[in-house]
Amino acid sequence: MLAYAIRRFGQSLFVLVLMSFIVFVGVYAIGNPVELLVNPQADEVERARATAALGLDKPFLEQYWVFLKGAASGDLGRSFVYNVPALDLILDKLPATIELAFVAMVIAIALGIPLGLVAGLKPDSAIGRGIMAGSILGFSLPTFWVGLVLIMVFSVQLGWLPSNGRGDTLAVAGIPVSFLTADGLAHIAMPAVNLALFKLSLLIRLTRAGTREAVLQDYVKFARAKGLPQSRVIGVHVLKNILIPIVTVIGLELGSVIAFAIVTESIFAWPGTGKLLIDSINQLDRPVIVAYLLVIVTLFIVINFVVDVLYSMLDPRVRLGGAAASH
Amino acid sequence: MAPRTESPWARFRAEFAESRLAMAGLALLVVILALGILAPVISPQNPYDLAQLDVMDSRLAPGEKSADGRTYWLGTDDQGRDMLSGIFYGLRISLGVGVASTVFALAIGLVFGLVAAYFGGWVDTIIMRVVDIQLSFPAILIALILLAVLGQGVDKIVIALVTVQWAYYARTVRSSALVERQKEYVEAARVLALGQARIVFRHLLPNCLPPLIVVATVQVAHAIALEATLSFLGLGLPITEPSLGLLISNGFQYLLSGKYWISFYPGVALLLTIMAINLVADQLRDILNPRLRK
Repeated sequence: MLAYAIRRFGQSLFVLVLMSFIVFVGVYAIGNPVELLVNPQADEVERARATAALGLDKPFLEQYWVFLKGAASGDLGRSFVYNVPALDLILDKLPATIELAFVAMVIAIALGIPLGLVAGLKPDSAIGRGIMAGSILGFSLPTFWVGLVLIMVFSVQLGWLPSNGRGDTLAVAGIPVSFLTADGLAHIAMPAVNLALFKLSLLIRLTRAGTREAVLQDYVKFARAKGLPQSRVIGVHVLKNILIPIVTVIGLELGSVIAFAIVTESIFAWPGTGKLLIDSINQLDRPVIVAYLLVIVTLFIVINFVVDVLYSMLDPRVRLGGAAASH
Repeated sequence: MAPRTESPWARFRAEFAESRLAMAGLALLVVILALGILAPVISPQNPYDLAQLDVMDSRLAPGEKSADGRTYWLGTDDQGRDMLSGIFYGLRISLGVGVASTVFALAIGLVFGLVAAYFGGWVDTIIMRVVDIQLSFPAILIALILLAVLGQGVDKIVIALVTVQWAYYARTVRSSALVERQKEYVEAARVLALGQARIVFRHLLPNCLPPLIVVATVQVAHAIALEATLSFLGLGLPITEPSLGLLISNGFQYLLSGKYWISFYPGVALLLTIMAINLVADQLRDILNPRLRK
């Protein structure tokens, strides 16, 4: 286990450095941020001073080296636009994104597993077919389109829910959260549902497929033959056995929820990291783009590692180490 | 009376027609394709010829008439463009980008997948490692970063879509080629001392195609949705070549003031396109999956 963790850590570090290089090369090629930052009437001398102040006059490899040295000590550069450390900017916005992703996942899990169970137990009934049709819709509709329709219906037509922002927040351990105030709840409802929809459809399909396979197994037949009530057969015997792939997927999807939040945050003007990324791309704020990606990639790597470990704990048949290293 | 030996194509058509929903999807898809291809011919106006636009006609509601008496059935946008014409032209670009990126991604994925499966060993390891790493990141994130670097343009968005898609094909082709490689006909071809390129492309490839066709159909829908999303975020296509996503994005700012049609109708067109492709793809999957064959 320890050897596995160490090897994984080495691999992760390699991926991280590789990613930082690719991203740095790529972002380095985007436009010239000085053009956007200095006064259009500025003369050559002033431009040169701005370029030097941002460190953009140095050769590329030197810029990358300075960045790497900084990154190793937790400094990912300063935002060109806000002139504050890029990492601080992202960490400042991260709670909003994580809250949104978390609430979306809770919605997806709370609805997806029960609906998937129903669809799996009664695949040919009207309810089962209806649930599946809904999940196909949830899969094929682009997230931004659904967000638009939600705003059209609930903000414009009905006027029930606000279409942008976080609303009132309440500080929990110094971190502001929305879902504890009524106003915050009203603000988070639409974005969270929007973000949850895709994962909800995925969980419905997974649960349904697992349930359909599980109910045919001998242990379920045996549990029924013992005369156990339906609720216990489903709630314990079936659910426990289909939970392993579901937990894995939930874990793996956590990362992608944060990535997809880019779209949802842009539509609902949710002040999180995704919106920050889009704004930074438009403003050519290179350090923030690079820092965002490194933070997200690190998050992904951590999540994947935790999921792998959890997986081996849930399913004793999975052995980490020798076998896992080959894939 | 049916002929005793049906051609595979006739059987394929008959099986496809068994699902009425799939036939409806196919019919819808044909109509959408025709609208996209014929856009310059059937559109009431060329929405990107500034001479044909009249600012006086901007933001008219659906059904209102222009100053010179024409009816804008789906309304106009902020530039006074007819939304119906805009949608036809938008379909053309969305479909073009979706199909082009799928074809390129398919070709690249096919070659890498076949090579990985046929040669195995370190070639396989390297290709599949790259595929694994890439697939562990969400497509939207990769496409977003690529476009941030590349800038706007039809060619750039195709490059971004190909980059995020090829890995799916490589993985699909590899897994079916690994199964096919074990079969007798490949061994027979080897015994005949045929060249490796010929075995890979003439023997292995055709037998790996069915699952690939299914993946490709679904991926066209994904590509169109992804392009629309990226254009909506302002990172895909330039305003001079508006896809459906860009039209929707363009109308988004007017949504809150109740001028829903600028965003809504392009959205409906996008939705119908994606649904039609998915219905056809679902039926193709059922037909081409031998395990489900009666």
